[in-house]
Amino acid sequence: MNYKMMGRLLAQILIVEAVFMIPALIISLVGGEQQAVKGFIGTFIIIAVVAGILLGLCRGGRKGFYAREGMASVAVCWIVMSILGCLPFYLSREIPSYIDAFFEIVSGFTTTGASILPEVESLSKGILYWRSFSHWVGGMGVLVFLLAIVPADEKNSGFTMHLLRAESPGPDVGKLVPRMRKTASILYIIYIVLTILNIIFLLMGDMPVFDAVCTAFGTAGTGGFGVRNDSIAGYSPYIQNVCTVFMMLFGVNFSCYFLLLMKQVRSVLVDEELRLYLGLFLGSVILILLDLRGFYDTLGEALRHAAFQVASIMTTTGFATTDFDLWPSFSKSILLCLMVVGACAGSTGGGMKCARFLLLVKSLKRNIRKFIHPQRVQVVRCNNRIIGERVLENTNIYLTAYVLIVLVSFLLVSLDGFSITTNFSAVLACFNNIGPGLEAVGPTCNYSSYSVLSKLVLIFDMLAGRLEIFPILTLLSSRRYT
Amino acid sequence: MKIVIAGGGKVGGTLTRQLSEEDHDITLIDSKSKILDESMEACDVMAVQGNCASVNALYQAGIEDADLLIAATNADEVNLLCCMTAHGLNPKLHTIARIRNPEYTDQIYSMRDIFALSMTVNPELQAAIEIERLLKYPGFLKRDTFAKGRVELVELRIDGQSKLKDVSLIDLDKVVRSKVLICAVLRNGKAVIPAGDFVLKEGDRIFVTAPIRNLTILLKSLGIITHRVKRVMICGGGPVSYYLAKRLEKSGMSVQIIESKPERCRHLAEILPEASIIEGDASNQILLDSEGLDGCDAFVSATGLDEVNMVISMYANNRGVPQVITKIGHLEKSSIWDVLPLGSVICPKELCGNTIVRYVRAMQNQTGAAVTIYSIADGQVEAMEFLVDEKTLHCGEPLRMLKLKKNVLVACITRGAEAEIASGDSSFQVGDMVIVVTRSGKIIHQLNDIFD
Repeated sequence: MNYKMMGRLLAQILIVEAVFMIPALIISLVGGEQQAVKGFIGTFIIIAVVAGILLGLCRGGRKGFYAREGMASVAVCWIVMSILGCLPFYLSREIPSYIDAFFEIVSGFTTTGASILPEVESLSKGILYWRSFSHWVGGMGVLVFLLAIVPADEKNSGFTMHLLRAESPGPDVGKLVPRMRKTASILYIIYIVLTILNIIFLLMGDMPVFDAVCTAFGTAGTGGFGVRNDSIAGYSPYIQNVCTVFMMLFGVNFSCYFLLLMKQVRSVLVDEELRLYLGLFLGSVILILLDLRGFYDTLGEALRHAAFQVASIMTTTGFATTDFDLWPSFSKSILLCLMVVGACAGSTGGGMKCARFLLLVKSLKRNIRKFIHPQRVQVVRCNNRIIGERVLENTNIYLTAYVLIVLVSFLLVSLDGFSITTNFSAVLACFNNIGPGLEAVGPTCNYSSYSVLSKLVLIFDMLAGRLEIFPILTLLSSRRYT
Repeated sequence: MKIVIAGGGKVGGTLTRQLSEEDHDITLIDSKSKILDESMEACDVMAVQGNCASVNALYQAGIEDADLLIAATNADEVNLLCCMTAHGLNPKLHTIARIRNPEYTDQIYSMRDIFALSMTVNPELQAAIEIERLLKYPGFLKRDTFAKGRVELVELRIDGQSKLKDVSLIDLDKVVRSKVLICAVLRNGKAVIPAGDFVLKEGDRIFVTAPIRNLTILLKSLGIITHRVKRVMICGGGPVSYYLAKRLEKSGMSVQIIESKPERCRHLAEILPEASIIEGDASNQILLDSEGLDGCDAFVSATGLDEVNMVISMYANNRGVPQVITKIGHLEKSSIWDVLPLGSVICPKELCGNTIVRYVRAMQNQTGAAVTIYSIADGQVEAMEFLVDEKTLHCGEPLRMLKLKKNVLVACITRGAEAEIASGDSSFQVGDMVIVVTRSGKIIHQLNDIFD
C-alpha cells in the first residue's frame, strides 16, 4: 500500500474541510457566539496540526496508486474527516458527548440526517450552519471536490478513477468527459447551480435567508437536517412543495443533467432508471393517497404531504412535513420499501439505488428464464446497452453484503430493547442515509436514547451506506495491509 | 485538444498514455472491455466500447467536436474505414491511420489523397528505417537528426575501454579533437543535464549533439572503428525484416534472414530476390553458428517474441558481433535493459508513437512550436528544435548574458548551412534553428519559454 500518497491525500482533504468551516466561523463571529467561535478555532488548530504532521511524514514516496489504495483512501478520509469534523460540536459544548457529536457529523457527511438532538433551535447559528453544510459537502463527495480543484500533479492521474468509483454511488461509475478534473468540475457546477436555484425558490416563499440556505443544503445533499424542531412542517405549503420538487431533482442521476446540457433530451427521456424512479414516485404517491382517505381535511393537503414524504424518503433526504408515524400501516410499509430502493445512481441520494434495483430485477428475470431453458444464452440490457457480467456480479454481491449488514446491525441494535419496528427502521434509515425511521426514531423523535454500542453500529451503517459498502468492508479485511 | 484513439493495442495504448500526459482529452474506442478498463485505470481518459468504424461508436466518442482521430486497430482496412467514416461526420477532423500491410506501402501517397488522411504511420517500416540508420553508423545506440539532417543527436555507452571514461567535460574537446556537446547523461537510470565539471563514468549512457561531420571525427578519435557493414544477419521474417532487407539490399549489403515457417520463407524468397532466406529456428544456436554468425558485421533480432530476441541478441553479442540490434515489440521500455548486453533497442510502437506525438504537438500550436521533438534518455529528457523568429526575445545577445531556466540547455545553433555547438558567445538570430535540451515534464511550448 502506498501510505505516503494516501497520507498526502488525507491531509489535502482535511485542509479542504477546514476551508469549508470558514463560513460557519464567520457566521458565529457575526452573531457573537463565543462558544461556537471557540469550537471552530480549536478545530482549526487541531486540523492544522494533524495535516501538518501528515504532510511532514508523507513526503516523497512511490507513485503507484491502485484500486486498493483508492478504496482504502476514500474510507479512511471519510472516517478521519468525521472524527475531526465533529470537533466544533464537541469543543463548543453544544453537544457535550463526543460520541453524540461524532454521530451527528457522520449523519451529516453521509447525508443521513439522523440526529441525536431532541431540539435544534437552541443551537447557535454557526453550529447549525456547519451541521447543514456537512450535508452539502457529503452529498457530492469531498474527494470529488478535491479532484475538481487540485490540478493533477502526478502525470498519470488514471488512479483518480479509483477514487471516483469508491466515492460516487452507482453500480457502474463512469466519466462524463475524458478528463477527471473536468468531470468533477461539471458535477460540482451542476450541483452548485441547482443549490442556488433552490435557495432562490425558497427565498421567493419568504423564508428567512439563513433557513433557506440551510434547508437548501439539506435538500441538495439529500441529507435532512433542518433548522427548526418541526423540520419543514412549520413552513408554508409553497416552501414544502419547492422542497418536494428539489428533493426529486437532486435524486436524479447527474449525468442526465449533463446530457440535457449537451442537448441530448431524447436519451434522457428514454433513460430506464429515470423512468423507474419517477414511476415509483408517482405509484407510491397514488397508493398512499388512496390509503390516506379521510386522514387529512382536503385532498390537496393529503397530496402535498404524500408527495413530500415519498420524495423525502425515496431520495433519502429525511425531511418531514407531518408525523408519518401516525399514518396507516400500508402507507408506512410503502415508505419502508422506498427506503431500501433509494434514489438514482450518480445522484446525491442514498439507498440501494434504482439502477441497482433495475439490474437485480433484470438478472432475476434472466435467471428464471434460464431455469426453463438451461442452454439459453442471454445478456442483460439497460438503456439498450449490454451490461457486463462483472457489473451484474458486483450488483448481486452488493445485495448480499447489503442484506448481511442490515441483519447484523439489526441484531446488535436490538440489544437496547426497543421495539422491533424501531430497531429495524432505525437500521434501514441509517444504512440508506435517510434519517427518520418509525416509532421511537420517527420524524418527531431522535436517536439519542440508543446506547453507545448501537450508535457505533449505526455510524458504521451510515458510512457503509454512503460509500456503498465495499470501501468500508475492504478496510476491515486484514489481508489488504500486506 | 480532443483526440479520439481507435484501438487500444500496442500503438494505441502507448499513445493513450503519452497524449493524456500532455493534457489532451482522450477518448479511447475498443471492442474489448478489458483493454478499456485497464487504460481507464492507468490514464485519465474516457472509454467507449464498440466497433470504431461504426457511426454509433464514433458519435459516442464525440467525433463531432474532436480535433484528431488516430486509427490504430490491428486491421488496416478497419483503420481506413474508421477514418473515412469519421471524416464524413466531421470534415474538419484530422485523421491518422496505421497502415502496415507491405502490399499497401507503395500506394500510401495516393491512398492519403483518396481517403483524405492527414498522415499514415507504419511502425514496422519506421523500425526498419531506424535500424538501417543505425547500421550505416555503427557504434551508436540511437540516432536522431535535426536541422534537415545537418545536426545529429546520438547515444553512446561508455564501457571499460572507452577513452571517455573518467574524462571531465571541460577536457572533452581535447580528447575527441572536435567540437561536440554532451547534452544529457543517463547514470543508474537517472538522467542528468551535465555541467562543465561533470566527470563521465563507466556504464554511463551519453547523448551527444554535433554537426554530422564532427561525429565522424568523434568516432575516429574514440577508436570506434567505422568500417562499413557488409553482412547482416536478421532473425525472424516478419514485416520489419522484410522492410529492412529491402532497404539494405539497395545499399548493397548482403542480408541473411532466418525464419521458421516454410511458407513464409518461400514468400520472402519470392519478394526478396537478393537476400538469402534460411528456414530454421532462430533460437537454435547451432543454426546461427553454422550460418556464420561470427563473420557478420551486424545482427538484428526481429522475431515476434521479445524474449527470444533478447536471448539471441545476448548470444550474438557474446560471440563478438560488432553491432547488435534488438527489436522489442510488446514490453514496456525499462531501465533493466541497460544492464543487459542487447546492443541498440528498437521499439516500433514507441517510434510510431513519437511520430504521432510530434504531429499532435505541431497541430496544437502552429506558430512558434517546436519543429522536431525527440524524447531521449528513456523519456526523461527531451531535445527540441525551434525556429528563431521576430517574436523571439534576446536576439543578438550572447548566451552568457542570458538567464535560462534550470535544467535547460541550448545545444546547437544552425545558421544557414552552418551548424555550431552553442557556447557562451553564441547568440540567436532570426532564421536560426536552435536545439534545446530539457528535462521532461518542463513543458516548453515555444522558444521564449526557456528564458527565466
